[in-house]
Amino acid sequence: MSTRQQIVITPYKTLGDSGRELWEYRDLFYFLAWRDFKVRYKQTVIGATWAVIRPLLTMLVFTVIFGRIAKLPTEGEAPYAIMVFTAMLPWYFFSNTLSESANAVVNNSAMISKVYFPRIIAPTAPLLVNIIDFLISFVLLLALMAWYRFQPSIYILLMPLFLLLAAITALGLGYLISALNVKYRDFRYVIPFIVQIGLYISPVGFSSQVIPEQWRLWYSLNPMVGVIDGFRWMVIGDSANIYWDGFFLSNAISLALFLIGYRYFMHTERQFADSL
Amino acid sequence: MPTACNLHNYILMSTAIKVENLGKKYIIQHQQQSRYQYNSLGESLSRGIKSLGKNLLHPFHSNTKAESAEEFWALKDINFEIKQGDRVGIIGRNGAGKSTLLKILSRITHPSTGRITINGRVSSLLEVGTGFHPELTGRENIFLNGAILGMHKKEIQRKFDEIVDFAEVEKFLDTPVKHYSSGMYVRLAFAVAAHLEPEILIVDEVLAVGDFEFQKKCLGRMEKAGNEGKTVLFVSHNIASIRKLCRVGVLLIDGQINLFSDIEQVISKYLTTSTPVNPCYKSKEEFRMITKQYFVNDASVLNSSENLCGTFHIGETINFKFRIKRGLLKKTMGGIKAALEIRSNDGLKIANIISSDCSFQIDSFDDQIGLLINIEDIRLYPGEYILSIWVGTLDSHETYDYANECIRFEIVSGGKLTTRNLPRNDGLFFFTPKWSTV
Repeated sequence: MSTRQQIVITPYKTLGDSGRELWEYRDLFYFLAWRDFKVRYKQTVIGATWAVIRPLLTMLVFTVIFGRIAKLPTEGEAPYAIMVFTAMLPWYFFSNTLSESANAVVNNSAMISKVYFPRIIAPTAPLLVNIIDFLISFVLLLALMAWYRFQPSIYILLMPLFLLLAAITALGLGYLISALNVKYRDFRYVIPFIVQIGLYISPVGFSSQVIPEQWRLWYSLNPMVGVIDGFRWMVIGDSANIYWDGFFLSNAISLALFLIGYRYFMHTERQFADSL
Repeated sequence: MPTACNLHNYILMSTAIKVENLGKKYIIQHQQQSRYQYNSLGESLSRGIKSLGKNLLHPFHSNTKAESAEEFWALKDINFEIKQGDRVGIIGRNGAGKSTLLKILSRITHPSTGRITINGRVSSLLEVGTGFHPELTGRENIFLNGAILGMHKKEIQRKFDEIVDFAEVEKFLDTPVKHYSSGMYVRLAFAVAAHLEPEILIVDEVLAVGDFEFQKKCLGRMEKAGNEGKTVLFVSHNIASIRKLCRVGVLLIDGQINLFSDIEQVISKYLTTSTPVNPCYKSKEEFRMITKQYFVNDASVLNSSENLCGTFHIGETINFKFRIKRGLLKKTMGGIKAALEIRSNDGLKIANIISSDCSFQIDSFDDQIGLLINIEDIRLYPGEYILSIWVGTLDSHETYDYANECIRFEIVSGGKLTTRNLPRNDGLFFFTPKWSTV
């Protein structure tokens, strides 16, 4: 009898309510993530291969253009290809999570207008399948290092921490845009734009050292700068010459974005069913 | 004081749902001419700049927003209390706020005012098969759909065999559901829903629109829940099934509770407030515009010269004309189909005329589409008949709008086919087949 749950529905929801509900629906989170995974790897045989081929090819192109033709400097002792591939991992993780998360509410609209569940689950679920993609690429990175006989730094053990940082950055923006997407459908077009431009304005194909010293702090306003620099430091080690002020500024911006995105999502979720 | 405490507990326990001052407000934008349901950012920005410009130019004018937006209360001042184990029927005409109340109780949408306290685990069935993914197998969809309906993984595992048995799909368990027939699909979807073990069950009647077998299963399942002492909330127009299932009734009229009482009293009140012969229907367009994807905007019964007419003789030409409009909610791709249901005045469904059965395809349209159904030789017995119009997806899985009992027409004795005065309700169909001696 004491297990009987009580639900109170009012125009506003408290933070405690949201937390309890999220726990109550943890299995749904798992099943939605699992659905994404199944569908991605079932529909296309290339699905899994795609996760490997795309960063590999991009890495090749960037290495040739920036490393060989433009002759930009690498980080520390690392081969250019490894430096680029190290950035490719968080970048693809970020951009894929962001794209899927930002469209999650609209794509699940049939569910949202017919069943109740904590809405935040929808844009968070893509995280899991992208972590799997990330891990596949990570194994690839290890193989690449073996090929170049490059020994990674001990900091590589901190990888989960840096992955979390990338996740926070992607989800913060994902929450914000998925909620905005319900109200303003043209935000759909913003995502491919962010992803495309972001690849070039983030230090993916080049080291952030090529940015003139006086601009580095400004450059770090891009939250992905901190994530990518962190990844490089983690793999290449102290010779990577990380700019810590910028790193922390970037992280602060990621965190702020996450909080804003989360708050905005929770604030507008009550209207989703009315406007989907 | 243990006794007082127990008493307090008893009162708490015996209330399943308590609704206090509940209200739901929609804002209707009048200035919005766009037929797209969603705002585009560009549009909003330009509107914002325009009004900013206006305010700068005429700083002393009153707020322009007030005239452009109008409040619409779909529900207002709703108060009621449902005891545990009660079986409650919610009755009302189209647009009375039934679906809105259901959606709020199911937590799909939020109320604008008030408070609802629900004691116990709730399952609401507004649709079956929510979240089914066509690429996934039957087995996978059982787990996914169960989780969406709020079941835990262990619970689904425990009931898995039962669900499969109930759905009769063992052989196809590992086939993607996109290869299922629509009957199998619905059976599987319903099987999952039927194995929920809620303490409070909220069911929408649109769920029971569908084939007869399914409807029967659905009602049977609810009856079972009711007999097990569970609290059941059932929204319906179907007096017969409400009478059979429910003990208490709520009559909603224009978003307010008109009567909350014994089911028989509520039904008789509902029947007396129902309209007499009325060959013409007009929806509450502004409201349906924001709550539906497609809706029946207006409907009428016409005679052979296409004039509005509510009374016909046997053998005459009868035309049903209605318009489907696109609401501002627009999300599902794919075609739509429509059905006309004809009921006799004692609630018996005597015809279900579906566009697809007549090999008629409703083409895609921008704003609205007008449809005319022509019956050249109506062979119904004298009596009063009630027409309902249904609009939904091609596979009938989803209902967009159900204009229940929107039109009434009458067949009277007389006309060229009859040679005697036919008593009312002495039959349903007036057939005049060929007779011969053999």
